[in-house]
Amino acid sequence: MTNSETTKLQELLSAEALEQAANWVSKYPEERKRAAIIPILTIVQEEHGYLTQELMDAVAEYLSCPKIAAYEVATFYSMFRLKEAGKYVVSLCTNVSCMLAGSEDIKKWFKDELGIGPGETTEDGIFTLKEVECMAACGGAPMLEVNKQFHENLTVDKVANLIHELK
Amino acid sequence: MVSIEIDGKKIEAEQGSMIIEVADAHGITIPRFCYHKKLSIAANCRMCLVEVDGGRKPLPACATPISDGMVINTQSDFAQDSQKSVMEFLLINHPLDCPICDQGGECELQDVALEYGNDVSRFSEKKRAVVDEDLGPLIETEMTRCIHCTRCVRFGREIAGIRELGAVGRGEHMEISTFIEQSVDSEVSGNIIDLCPVGALTAKPSRYQARAWEMTQHDSVSPHDCIGANIHVHTLRDRVIRVVPKDNEAVNEVWLADRDRYSYEAIDKSERLLTPMIKHNGEWKETDWESALERTASKLNMMVQTDGANQIAAIAHPSSTTEEMYLLQKVMRGLGSNNIDHRLRITDFSCQQFEPLHPELGIELSELENLDAALLIGANLRKEQPLASLRLRKATRFGRVASVGLYPVYHNFSLSHEILADAETWLIQLAGITKYLYQHQPDKNKEQWADTMDIEGLEELLAPINVSQEHREIGEMLLQGEHSSIILGATALEFSYAGQIRLMAKAIANLSGSTYGFLPHGGNSVGAYLAGAIPHRGPAGADVEQDGQHIKDIFEQGKKGFVLLKTEPGKESVIGEAAKQSLHNADFVVSLTCHADDEAFEYADVILPIASFLESSGSYVNVNGLWQEFSASINAPGEAKPAWKVLRVLGNLLNLKNFEYVSAQEVRKEVKGRLSAVGDRIKPKWQCPERLPRDGFSPRPVNMYQIDGWLRRAPSLQQTALAKGQEILKRPRLSPFHNIVGGV
Repeated sequence: MTNSETTKLQELLSAEALEQAANWVSKYPEERKRAAIIPILTIVQEEHGYLTQELMDAVAEYLSCPKIAAYEVATFYSMFRLKEAGKYVVSLCTNVSCMLAGSEDIKKWFKDELGIGPGETTEDGIFTLKEVECMAACGGAPMLEVNKQFHENLTVDKVANLIHELK
Repeated sequence: MVSIEIDGKKIEAEQGSMIIEVADAHGITIPRFCYHKKLSIAANCRMCLVEVDGGRKPLPACATPISDGMVINTQSDFAQDSQKSVMEFLLINHPLDCPICDQGGECELQDVALEYGNDVSRFSEKKRAVVDEDLGPLIETEMTRCIHCTRCVRFGREIAGIRELGAVGRGEHMEISTFIEQSVDSEVSGNIIDLCPVGALTAKPSRYQARAWEMTQHDSVSPHDCIGANIHVHTLRDRVIRVVPKDNEAVNEVWLADRDRYSYEAIDKSERLLTPMIKHNGEWKETDWESALERTASKLNMMVQTDGANQIAAIAHPSSTTEEMYLLQKVMRGLGSNNIDHRLRITDFSCQQFEPLHPELGIELSELENLDAALLIGANLRKEQPLASLRLRKATRFGRVASVGLYPVYHNFSLSHEILADAETWLIQLAGITKYLYQHQPDKNKEQWADTMDIEGLEELLAPINVSQEHREIGEMLLQGEHSSIILGATALEFSYAGQIRLMAKAIANLSGSTYGFLPHGGNSVGAYLAGAIPHRGPAGADVEQDGQHIKDIFEQGKKGFVLLKTEPGKESVIGEAAKQSLHNADFVVSLTCHADDEAFEYADVILPIASFLESSGSYVNVNGLWQEFSASINAPGEAKPAWKVLRVLGNLLNLKNFEYVSAQEVRKEVKGRLSAVGDRIKPKWQCPERLPRDGFSPRPVNMYQIDGWLRRAPSLQQTALAKGQEILKRPRLSPFHNIVGGV
């Protein structure tokens, strides 16, 4: 891609994010630049909160790959969101270690107290619950992540406190 | 070569080939879904698991390369247990709707399940259901049946070069989908129907029409482009249900373009003619064959006597069969007229004497795949000859393709160089490449072109031309390529200085040691040249006493009488308006045609209903000069008759000599006999043009689904995005890199 061409993505991202994106692209050979699709989708999601079709199309154009290739990646990885999420995205691990240590109770608490199951967002738009696979913190099971912050060795009470603080 | 053993059979095979390839070549059946010989290896269905001695686990035969001394067992308990387990998994979510599934009876899953499946499922859980996709007017979907072999996805990525389908979601939620609501619009989209091993993708126009085992299969040839794709016509009770590809590695491989596949739908359109008709005082009346032909014969006879034979002309569509065009020219020349032509979209006839015996590509179609360098001149292969485009696309994995054309073209491969000229500078751009080659390699290939090329005057002609960086690069690319080719497409042939373009292209080919050829219009232009449906040469290139008038003169100067064969010149000719006008002004027009609309009823005086390529026998000659014969798949509707029979009777009624044929084969034999008598004696010598004109004109390219009466009346094709002129591909960026399979 020559520098003179503008892509849709340039209209949709901040200068800082664009620089990051260009940095990722520069790590791969020109004809294989689509290899940068995961980091670039991540950058776009961080800036916009979630991925719309428009954003995915723009990423595909930016990397000269078919649109469907961007949709495939975005729908495959659980860290990409295709729907608007709450202010806080709570990723609750329900893999074996966490499950044995009580993650099911925490999941139930979210349903009972906030009325949301996995993949759902509270009506006030503050919390989104996600059920995720192991996040490599089994030593502190059960655990969850709020945006980018890990919280470990949880109990239902601790979760309740955390959520109230965030509110 | 290494030796291996499959099921106790000792086999010698190429090192590195996959087990499944070797097994297929030796008639050993291994069940499979995702593997396809034309597609990359995915190894995701796991159905082809086999036992390899020394292996701890069963191995997928499609993705395991052989090595010396390998002992493979496809039938052992271990292998069979593995295959049966995979089958059980594949059937977990597959619905048991075979009785209402179009694929039932020809389904790979059904066949393999019969052998490897259990009678009873152990799964009592709910089966998953997938919301259907609307992929447009050609492809019906039932995505719940999909087993995720991803053949359709790989076809788009690797063969068609247009990736529209993908695997969205993961695990239990994975779906083959376009993700956003969108149709699949590629010009070769129908092939994913054949590739689909289950009933997830089936042909929409023939949905619920027939079961696989009820249909009869006939072989035929597609008339829509000069590739001559081989087709199987599936019929039931004298009705065509569908058309599918017939494998022919040298011609269409295993693919078909959508227009080859769906054009049959025009067969019973309302405009289809069922009885001969005569116009009496402006009123159309149905009549019988005898009166219609007698009237035609007497009218033609009368005109020859009163106005002279030069006042009648015949126009054939290049999708007519060789036999039909041969008899048409025989009737015309019998009456004393050489005014016969099929070149509806040609505007420049100045170089027609220098043409070879027939239009040709210069290389075998299959060699398109192995070109190191190719220069396309005014060619839009995707729209003109879609299957040639698929071939050339394969060449771009290792080779390079450049283009010098007039219109921005949406190729399904990336070009290394592209020069977009305008009508004034097109020749100049080509001359730039010629000049570079002439200056830099004046002697290297001299022996090769000395006897075919007279270069006197070339230096002066090229003197004022500037050689740009692009000209240099394209010239260098052609010189370096071991297999290089210059290919002219429709825009080059339709250009008002097409002769000059061809001379310049030929010069580039000679100077760079490339092959030279072009892809003519219609399905049987080659046959038309061989049969003598051209004004300046008789059958097999024989000389004619006096050249007849070419089609442009015929229409622009007008004639008293016209014989039209399968053509609607108003829609097909580059000078459509002039053509319509001259037909209106003519005293007598007889049209031998399958369909007629108001336009035809207005200018014609006699309309004779003709059997189509599906209803009569004949032959097409493809761009490699390959004769492909076919016979009728079904009976013609109503009183429609094959055109060769009609022309034969017309010959009799006109009291012309030697019109005693009893079959199309006999006609064919006569054409072929004349060919061997004359031989390929036309060896044109290249002449240096005197000047490079700058006042060229190019007619607008015609939509790929408008080129003949059949396509114009095929309802499903007419609903596609391509028919509406929408472009699905983005213009690929010029790329100095080779196309990477899977990289699109």
